[in-house]
Amino acid sequence: MDTSIWRPILYLLGFMAFAGLNAAYLGWCERKGAARIQRRTGPMEVGPQGLWQPLADGLKLMSKQLLIPQGVDGILFRVAPILAMIPALTSMAVIPFAGNVQARAVGLSVLLIFALASVGMMAVLLGGWASGNKYSLISAARAVSQNLAYEIPMLVTVITIVMLTGTMNLEQIAAAQQGGFWNWNIFPVAGHSLAQAIIMPISFVIFFICSVAETNRAPFDMAEAESELIAGHMTEYGSMGFGLFMMGEYLNMVIGACLITILFLGGWDGPLGLSGGIWWFLAKIYLLLFTVIWVRWTYPRTQIYKLLNLSWKILIPFSLVNLVLTAAFIKIF
Amino acid sequence: MNEPVQCRADETFVLNLGPQHPATHGVLRVKLTMDGEYIVNAEPVLGYIHRMHEKMAEDGTFAQFMPNTARMDYLHALAYNHGYCLAVERAAGIEVPERAEYIRVITVELNRLTSHLLWWAAFLLDLGGFSPLLYAFDDREQILDLLERITGSRLTYCYFRFGGVYNDIDDVFITGTYAVIKRLRSRLPRLYHDLVTHNIILKKRITGIGILSREQARRYGCTGPVARGSGIDYDVRKNEPYSVYSEFDFEVPVYEEGDSMARYMVRMDEIEQSMRIIEQALDKLPDGPVRAKVPKILKPPAGDYWASVETARGDLGHRLVCDGGKNPYKLKLRSPTFSNLSCFGEVAEGMLLADALAFMGSLDLVIPEIDR
Amino acid sequence: MSFVEETGNSLLALFPQSTNVDKKSAGEPEAVEKGARRHGIMITDHAERGTAVDVFCAPEQVVAAAKIMDEIGFFLEAVTGVDWIKEDRLEVIYDYNHYGFEPCRVVIRTFISRTEPEIPTISHILPAADWHERETHDFYGIRFAGHPNLVPLLLSEDADFHPLLKDFTP
Repeated sequence: MDTSIWRPILYLLGFMAFAGLNAAYLGWCERKGAARIQRRTGPMEVGPQGLWQPLADGLKLMSKQLLIPQGVDGILFRVAPILAMIPALTSMAVIPFAGNVQARAVGLSVLLIFALASVGMMAVLLGGWASGNKYSLISAARAVSQNLAYEIPMLVTVITIVMLTGTMNLEQIAAAQQGGFWNWNIFPVAGHSLAQAIIMPISFVIFFICSVAETNRAPFDMAEAESELIAGHMTEYGSMGFGLFMMGEYLNMVIGACLITILFLGGWDGPLGLSGGIWWFLAKIYLLLFTVIWVRWTYPRTQIYKLLNLSWKILIPFSLVNLVLTAAFIKIF
Repeated sequence: MNEPVQCRADETFVLNLGPQHPATHGVLRVKLTMDGEYIVNAEPVLGYIHRMHEKMAEDGTFAQFMPNTARMDYLHALAYNHGYCLAVERAAGIEVPERAEYIRVITVELNRLTSHLLWWAAFLLDLGGFSPLLYAFDDREQILDLLERITGSRLTYCYFRFGGVYNDIDDVFITGTYAVIKRLRSRLPRLYHDLVTHNIILKKRITGIGILSREQARRYGCTGPVARGSGIDYDVRKNEPYSVYSEFDFEVPVYEEGDSMARYMVRMDEIEQSMRIIEQALDKLPDGPVRAKVPKILKPPAGDYWASVETARGDLGHRLVCDGGKNPYKLKLRSPTFSNLSCFGEVAEGMLLADALAFMGSLDLVIPEIDR
Repeated sequence: MSFVEETGNSLLALFPQSTNVDKKSAGEPEAVEKGARRHGIMITDHAERGTAVDVFCAPEQVVAAAKIMDEIGFFLEAVTGVDWIKEDRLEVIYDYNHYGFEPCRVVIRTFISRTEPEIPTISHILPAADWHERETHDFYGIRFAGHPNLVPLLLSEDADFHPLLKDFTP
């Protein structure tokens, strides 16, 4: 069964359904969450509590004409939204949701996910470039500089984890943290030194900030800062082109939350030694996603150069120090 | 962050900000010459909502222009009512009953609160903070309900009459106003200041951005919160008291820094001061008529007159030239934002696009008032 | 000496006796005239008129006047015109104000010909005048000589009409 071709296909179908559902209903959650924060009720008309709203939105987007404005680079303009979705969907294949719930066990899955995430950023770049709109162009330039700045501390932090666990396989990283929250990487009290217990929470914070920035979410949504750049790289897109960008964005959020869960929060492990399972994994990623939504509706946007300063002047030095200290601890103890 | 911009002429591009753009709050267009994200040259292009109100004033009688006044600064319409009434009353020598003066002050200050609340909401929206909009609108709505009760409209008021006001206020309005002020007072420190003013992202975003020096502010004729944020202690209500403002105890907040944060703080402090004025006015409210006897058709003696009021955006001047007829011979509207915006080009030079928009937001632009 | 009188005295520099504009020949409208002018300067009642110092000068003198106002720390409120079609001339009015606590608004007025409306610009002295002069050019067709960018501001770019002239027909 393991080697059969059906397993990845079935899993992929399942994950695609999961991804689609997430992309649609995270939008709903975001609207509801924002509404609650702002003392409104949010969508209420379509279905109970507005539950069918994402379906209605999807139908509307799909039934709209796909407009290709004059003067755009036709091929790149069409490719960009697809490129926003594909890497996110592909990344889903290597994420272990539970001990054996994984489409494809890839030895270097950490590396693969980061490679795919970089491809995803190409979508923003291409979309912004091909639109032939100056706002989109600025957005593309911002996206690239932002991505460049935030991948470095993110990767350095991941190297810390990889050094601790000795593997680049996500499933093994999660498996190493089983048996209660004290084994999780975020507070690795058991089995590691106390000094590391201080380093790892910092790593977690760095990684969380970076993943918010990587997924272009407020307060770091420089690429689509709507009060400056209208909608950034999405300005010229309508109908499903826009829809794919939105879905890609939400999927990237899900992937980011999955990564944090696996790298720091013990994957599918239940806290307090409760029996683990996929429900714990889902609970953790939705908690993280809610935090991201909460942050977006609370804080104003920061500024592009402050964002870059934060990365180059604070996050990168801190993550490098973390890396060096971790290496030292591993060598000494 | 404002290092000198160095660029070659062939490396710049022109970015048209507006007339349809989320940050311009209306139909302002700014022609930006950009070097990457830096602004090399900024030139506001006005007139997209120009309606020639000054010509309309000459075409009708004095009273017929009254409704037009609210169509300029629609966020602080009662101040425009007030300014025009003051000019005509000065020309025609009309005495206003004391109760009417108090009601004018109360309603104008309530309207100032709504204007500042809306500015706050829109400014935060410019900076990407969405939730404050709804909080401010919640409070603003309460005040609008009160004003609607006595003026009959919610935005474009035509409440003042020559020699008084249209309608007397009642007990429901008075108790409602006290309640609204109490509610706003309880919400200001937590919802407005803790959540937003003391927010580190907001502070870093607008402190030191868009510095308008005292001298620049004077040379460009800036008034209102823009001037007060640059250390100029100038408020028409204090410097040249009109109506019954001299009878109230209030302060004029002045900040020396001249950056967007200073302008922000001036407006936030003014909310508090406006509430103080309203409370004092309600406490002292005298009895009496609310409208003097004024002939239906006014024919002020020939001459020219100036009258200034302080709107939420600054010094609003009306220059009224009469020739003894029943129409104004000439009415010049000196709108505060027109002068305030004229400094934009000089200050925005060398700024980043996003900073320039934060600066523009802090000027509190109301485009129909600029274009008139 | 009150601030208003000081301001009036500073403005006296505009009027050395030799170049004193004769009130009669310039034909100031009687309507505006209530007090006595010392040379071209009249101190008016602020409560009655809304302005405290009323200066009447020749068109060439507005630049010198602007320099004086700039030096003594005034800011420009507005520039506007009035079309006195019966007398066949245009009045140009500059309103100045200061940030102090004594009400002292200064109005500087001058008359120019209606057929050849031209007056020197003051925008190089007070940049606030830039837009106000453009607006006055829009509405009255007054050419501000030396203005760097005298294109329509509030009217459309190709506007060649001046709506506030009394003989304007849309």
